[in-house]
Amino acid sequence: MSAIPAEMGLLLSGLLFVLGLIGVLARRNLIMILMSLEVMLNATGLAFIVSGSKWGQADGQILFLLVLTLAAAEVGIGLGLALQIFHRFKTLDADSINQMQG
Amino acid sequence: MFDLLGWVPIMPLLGFLLLVFYGRRLSNFHVAWIGIGSVGISAVLVALIGFEFLQGSMAPYRLALGSWIASGDLSIPFGFYLDALSLTILFVVTGVGFLIHLYAAEFMEEDAGFARFFAYMNLFVAAMLVLVLADNLVLLYLGWEGVGLGSYLLIGFWYQNPANGYAARKAFVMTRIGDTALALGLFLLFTELHTFDIQSLMIQAQSQWTTGAVLPIVAAALILGGAVGKSAQLPLQTWLPDAMAGPTPVSALIHAATMVTAGVYLIARTHALFVLAPPVQGAVAGIGVITLLMAGCSGLVQTDIKRILAYSTISQIGYMFLALGVGAWSAAIFHLLTHAFFKALLFLAAGAVIFSFHHEHDIFKMGGLRKAMPLAFWSFMIGSAALTALPFTSGFYSKHEILLAAYETSPLLWGAGCLGALITGIYSFRLVFVVFFGKPTREIEREIGGRMSIPLVLLSILALGGGLLQIPLDTVLPALPEPTSKHAASLISFITLAAPILGLAIAVLFYLTGTFSAAHFVDLQWTRRISRLFLTGWGLDEIYGTVLIRPFKTLANLNKNDGVDQFYLGIAGLILQWHRLASATQTGRIRGYASMMAWGVVVVIAIGLLS
Repeated sequence: MSAIPAEMGLLLSGLLFVLGLIGVLARRNLIMILMSLEVMLNATGLAFIVSGSKWGQADGQILFLLVLTLAAAEVGIGLGLALQIFHRFKTLDADSINQMQG
Repeated sequence: MFDLLGWVPIMPLLGFLLLVFYGRRLSNFHVAWIGIGSVGISAVLVALIGFEFLQGSMAPYRLALGSWIASGDLSIPFGFYLDALSLTILFVVTGVGFLIHLYAAEFMEEDAGFARFFAYMNLFVAAMLVLVLADNLVLLYLGWEGVGLGSYLLIGFWYQNPANGYAARKAFVMTRIGDTALALGLFLLFTELHTFDIQSLMIQAQSQWTTGAVLPIVAAALILGGAVGKSAQLPLQTWLPDAMAGPTPVSALIHAATMVTAGVYLIARTHALFVLAPPVQGAVAGIGVITLLMAGCSGLVQTDIKRILAYSTISQIGYMFLALGVGAWSAAIFHLLTHAFFKALLFLAAGAVIFSFHHEHDIFKMGGLRKAMPLAFWSFMIGSAALTALPFTSGFYSKHEILLAAYETSPLLWGAGCLGALITGIYSFRLVFVVFFGKPTREIEREIGGRMSIPLVLLSILALGGGLLQIPLDTVLPALPEPTSKHAASLISFITLAAPILGLAIAVLFYLTGTFSAAHFVDLQWTRRISRLFLTGWGLDEIYGTVLIRPFKTLANLNKNDGVDQFYLGIAGLILQWHRLASATQTGRIRGYASMMAWGVVVVIAIGLLS
């Protein structure tokens, strides 16, 4: 049954997380940043699932459900903000929206 | 009736508050009613109380309105003390004050600051009444500072002209020097005698201190310092001539009749202390004599009508100090009373002239006003006669009494006083002859109305007949010892009488008939120099400028970049630098923040792994 070792699962999860992070840092489009954030969230979710199945506990899956809810809420708010920003600045370039500098 | 005493200072205070808060919204008519009415009610109350007081046993009356400061064994009440001395001054402050308020209602009519003027005047009267009625030295000090404030506000009343503001500041600072001495005297008395109540202070001083001991001398000298500042005596008199920058009713009320004589009142109030300190009492007489001669000489050469009167005020207060110094306490207060009448009259008459000439002050630009302004002319004649102490005017009785008392102490003091009386005769009638006789130079522009005429008439009557007033001051102040040298009395009396008349005669020869020419006299090299010295008030302003003000300014300039300030400025600068650094990280770029967070996580994990 357990053909895939937990280490591999966690490695995949870490890989996904780093890919997401690179996306957040490197992309300039707000929508792409939001998508990269989703990738990072799913990477953490995968880590929960893998650890849950390794120890045979349900906690990992419950936490994954929580992460899903969180991701849904985050996407809702994030997209709303992106819409408003586009409405106001006529751009989604994260670097050109920097009015709030100290 | 006595329990209404508390309302005497409260009425002007209420008037002040009303005018300060609602003055702008009221018409001039209502402002005048409030301003004059509040002082008028006080005057009526004082008249009623005074009548009852003089009819009764004349025992001092105390009224406690409440506690002001209470801490440990220190308790300072709002307590008033009425005796013959304070009653006399009350008559002056409310009576003369009321007449001057009435006069001011017309004098200031066209001024934009009409309500402000009456508010300040009421504040001043309230403070003066507190000063006079106070039964303890701290409450007296409150009134003392209050009149200083009123004087400052009213000298600088026409604040648009910076010169007036300068004069006001000068008066404030100069009197503050004296006030500091007075405050130190208060502290000394309290630490030594543990009370502020004037009556018990005097009793304790007499029982605990011996005559001529160090403590009473220091305490009396400090109180004298306060009196010298407030009463414009040597060496602090330079502020009074400049104080003439204020409106003329102010000069009449504050700088002639009431506030400047507060020093005389203070010394008379604490006379027991001065009796214990003979050297200080001698100094009082010396200061008085020197001041009266110096100010009289300065009065001889002034050309500004109000400055002449200012110098004569300084000179007359010098007489009061002389009287205090030789122990003629009641003569000093008597002269204070008559001086208030005739000097207020002179100032108000001068105000009438200035009013009619649209603020012309130079007496040589006036002339021949006798026909044009008969009321002002007669007021001036009566006032000058009383100031010169011509026989049967009020000033005659008081000044004569002072000079005879001075002779008992020292013929030198008497001689200087007589010389002063002669000079007084010259300068006061010089003023009258130059302004009212000779050829008319120009037409007057305004007639004075009823509100200005009535005070002039009433004060003329008082200046003439004020010498007949008998205030029983001997219930408060010790009487003079009987004169010892009877044999010379008639000659002394004659010379005292003749000195002012001689002065008048000199003034007639110089300024009326023109037998001698003053201009010709001043033309010589040395007389011109003396004349300039007199004109500048003996150059005291210049001396203070070089000795005190210039070095102070140099020092201030040296320390312009205050060392202590630099330290705190340095701290502030450092924090500002840090702030710049911190705020530079706030770029507003979301990706920058995210990468910062990522780096932070990397660092935290690295620390966790490596440690």
